[in-house]
Amino acid sequence: MRFLLFHRLDERVPDAFTPSEDLVQSVGRFVDEMVRAGVLLCAEGLRPSAQGARVSVRDGRRTVVDGPFDADDTVLAGFALVQVKSKDEAIEWASRFADVIGDVEMEVREITG
Amino acid sequence: MSAVTDPRAETHGAIDAVWRIESPRVIAGLARMVNDVGLAEELAQDALVAALEQWPESGVPRNPGAWLMAIAKRRAIDHIRRQQRLERKIEEIGHGLETEDPGSEFDAVIEDQIEDDLLRLVFTACHPVLTTQARVAMTLRLLGGLTTDEIARAFLSTEPTIAQRIVRAKKSLTEAGVPFEVPQGEERTARLASVLEVIYLVFNEGYSATAGEDWLRPALCDDALRLGRILTGLMPKEAEVHGLVALMEIQASRSPARTGPDGEPVLLLDQDRSRWDQLLIRRGLDALAVAEELDETKGPYVLQAAIAACHARAVTADETDWARIADLYADLTRATASPVVELNRAVALAMAYGPETGLELVDELRDDTFCPASAATCWPSWAGPPRPARSSSGPPS
Repeated sequence: MRFLLFHRLDERVPDAFTPSEDLVQSVGRFVDEMVRAGVLLCAEGLRPSAQGARVSVRDGRRTVVDGPFDADDTVLAGFALVQVKSKDEAIEWASRFADVIGDVEMEVREITG
Repeated sequence: MSAVTDPRAETHGAIDAVWRIESPRVIAGLARMVNDVGLAEELAQDALVAALEQWPESGVPRNPGAWLMAIAKRRAIDHIRRQQRLERKIEEIGHGLETEDPGSEFDAVIEDQIEDDLLRLVFTACHPVLTTQARVAMTLRLLGGLTTDEIARAFLSTEPTIAQRIVRAKKSLTEAGVPFEVPQGEERTARLASVLEVIYLVFNEGYSATAGEDWLRPALCDDALRLGRILTGLMPKEAEVHGLVALMEIQASRSPARTGPDGEPVLLLDQDRSRWDQLLIRRGLDALAVAEELDETKGPYVLQAAIAACHARAVTADETDWARIADLYADLTRATASPVVELNRAVALAMAYGPETGLELVDELRDDTFCPASAATCWPSWAGPPRPARSSSGPPS
């Protein structure tokens, strides 16, 4: 079973997207732990929404809006794709990941197919 | 939200998950202490029972692996004391235990050695005093975190059969006085081959599962991949370990395309390549690159992975580099001396240079007492028509 674990951050919080060196290292260690456990397929962090864009198609019309996105919500900040034995195991890895990042909500979603 | 709605049920799921993640490390650490894999597993099971009793009330601890290890270690010390021996060892282990909480510091102490212990566990579970079947069962049980029931279902066997196989295997290891260690020198090469064989065997068991069977059977592919990926972390310098992982990643990448709408098998060259899993292909090619970087003389797994990579790189079946595949099969023949490999080489030659070239090799194989007429009867239809005198072809398996 594959799961996508991802978390969102509030860009209104200063430095939300510029983690401390300590945090970067802790996350690196944790990612390494997931690799060594044979569960991590890939993981990436995302740049702030100011460097992104939103594309939408409505009634055949395409709209592209450059970031930053509306500031009244959190934005996607990073993800890990894991291959595990059960949803419970995915939750366990997500909990550990959230512990490392701290003060964060981690979403756990199963991949179809 | 976790552990609020239905703490008991949720905790049990969480304990299963923690067990799958942590049990190999706990068993490995204990096995080094007590120098007995069977006993180590029993002690780890005791810790699991304790968790099942306590965690539904207390919640899952922050560092569950260290918690399990601390409990199991206490049981180990009790055991050692009961045996009234190894007094020096009690002092060593007991000191660390009584002065520290099962917190991060404790974890760090163990962490230094745990990877070595895991590797020892790998080699012990696949020890040559055990039958191949026993090695498979021990590996899945001790390193894959599977229950005996799960192993039984995956291998179309019964729980008592597998349980007994594991009991016997542990006994064999104890009776043979197998030390808990990583073999060195020439022995290591042979023993590593045995480890890789066990993992690939598990993979192939899953790969050969057919539609409608217990989902635990195809899941064996994932179990094998996970074990292989763990091994690359434990033995990053071994080219064949990366080679095996590359081979499994690439083969697994084709899983979605291997069966048609009614569950019928679809041959490699007929598969819808858009259904191949590009992420696994990428991982496979990366692992192969690491393997080739590590060792220029390619072993059997690296060669098989290189062949699989030729298929993975071809966007359409027509673009397959058959000449390269034929060369790789020639190398693989030298490495394995298998008539099946030779037959595959004949097919590749036929695909690269025309049926005549391939059939010359098939004729040689037919003359070889080692491989009677089977070569010609396996001749695949897609390789072009065989010569008139040949019996009709069957599909490649």
